Amino acid sequence: MNDMKSMSDNTPGSPERRRFISVATMTAAGVTLAPGVMLIDVAHGRPEEQAASSAVRWGMLVDATKCASGCDECVSACSTENGWTPVAESKHPKQAPQWIRKLELQDPLTQAETNLPMMCQHCEEPPCVDVCPTGASFKRADGIVLVNRHTCIGCRYCMMACPYKARSLVHEPLNDTQKPDVPRGIGCVEACTFCVQKVDRGDGTTACVEACTASGHNALVFGDMNDPESEISKRLRELPTKQVRADLNLNVGVRYHGI
Amino acid sequence: MAGKIKRLLALGAVVLTTAALAWAGSDDQPKASGAPKPVITKAVKGEQCVEPNDFMRRNHMKVLLHHRDETVLEGIRTKKYSLKECINCHASEKTGSVAASKDDFCVSCHSYAAVKIDCFDCHSTKPQGSMAMHPLNAETAHYAHKLAAQANSKISAEEMAGIAQ
Ligand code: SF4
Ligand code: SF4
Repeated sequence: MNDMKSMSDNTPGSPERRRFISVATMTAAGVTLAPGVMLIDVAHGRPEEQAASSAVRWGMLVDATKCASGCDECVSACSTENGWTPVAESKHPKQAPQWIRKLELQDPLTQAETNLPMMCQHCEEPPCVDVCPTGASFKRADGIVLVNRHTCIGCRYCMMACPYKARSLVHEPLNDTQKPDVPRGIGCVEACTFCVQKVDRGDGTTACVEACTASGHNALVFGDMNDPESEISKRLRELPTKQVRADLNLNVGVRYHGI
Repeated sequence: MAGKIKRLLALGAVVLTTAALAWAGSDDQPKASGAPKPVITKAVKGEQCVEPNDFMRRNHMKVLLHHRDETVLEGIRTKKYSLKECINCHASEKTGSVAASKDDFCVSCHSYAAVKIDCFDCHSTKPQGSMAMHPLNAETAHYAHKLAAQANSKISAEEMAGIAQ
């Protein structure tokens, strides 16, 4: 095991080094308002050697009043970013993985229509994590719920447990069509990751939110719900929002307005 | 009794070490015939691996395993010991991949050593980035869906919504 020593030597563990790094990145990530006054955006500037922190809780606001009928920009953006085949192009659409899907609902009484995207709600108390026999389904410190494909055995308990039908099993070999940033494969369960690869890169947004904004609908907002100054926190303060199946007390990370 | 076992063990160790030294030291030892030596292609980019070659040949799996857990569980994405970085450097110029043909970097040694890896069931074998440098990049492979989308049939709203599953 002597060989392994050199590895730990290179792990940036010392408090001095950490402090230096965080000061350095704060300076890089901050915006100077006036000399000596900085607006520091901690969530977006996490250095790559720093672990995700529970000081942050990533969340999304879906404004269903702005979500347009017939639009599925968020769905195709997700499939492009994360490399899953769109359901319509799959050879087996009934079992094709879906990380996000567009729902168009109609009230049978009033005929009123509601449009919304549905995906993993990144529950604070995720049932998918409770039931997983191997611990592969887990919640990261910053609230993102993920599947560790190294330990997932494909038992699909989590798919059964999820109240939102958010998870899919990959049934077919993917034959090296995966994106380098998004490993995924046969026999493992998967779901929306809040574009964890983008979050870790410091983009501070997800592919679906970018696409929705680019399409001019502006129905989606992503951000740190723990930061009172973030756009999502401000909007959540102003707008009345609902959790889907709030009765389950899961404290979900995706909030809907206009449903 | 315990002493006897210890002595036996010590003797065993000496014999083994001598045998290993003799094996390592002799050039004219009989080679296993029919087992072609792995082709080790020099990395496309970069001059030196993140650790000396000898260390990496024996321990790459350990450092990868350690890094993998940090990345998946904690979101630590340092470049050193990242599988993605291995692929960025070692993808073959011919196939653009570390595991597409039998002489590609990862496959070459693993088939010689008869080690079956499942890394590439999930991980892309191709580097990210410049398509000019790696024409068979996964970046481009994925756009096949986009192209196919224009030609393809419609599917019912229920199936889209996953209700029919
Ligand atoms: S929505 Fe489903 S998959 Fe996502 S965290 Fe909640 S239970 Fe788990
Ligand atoms: S399918 Fe995988 S993630 Fe889901 S419960 Fe089973 S082992 Fe856990």
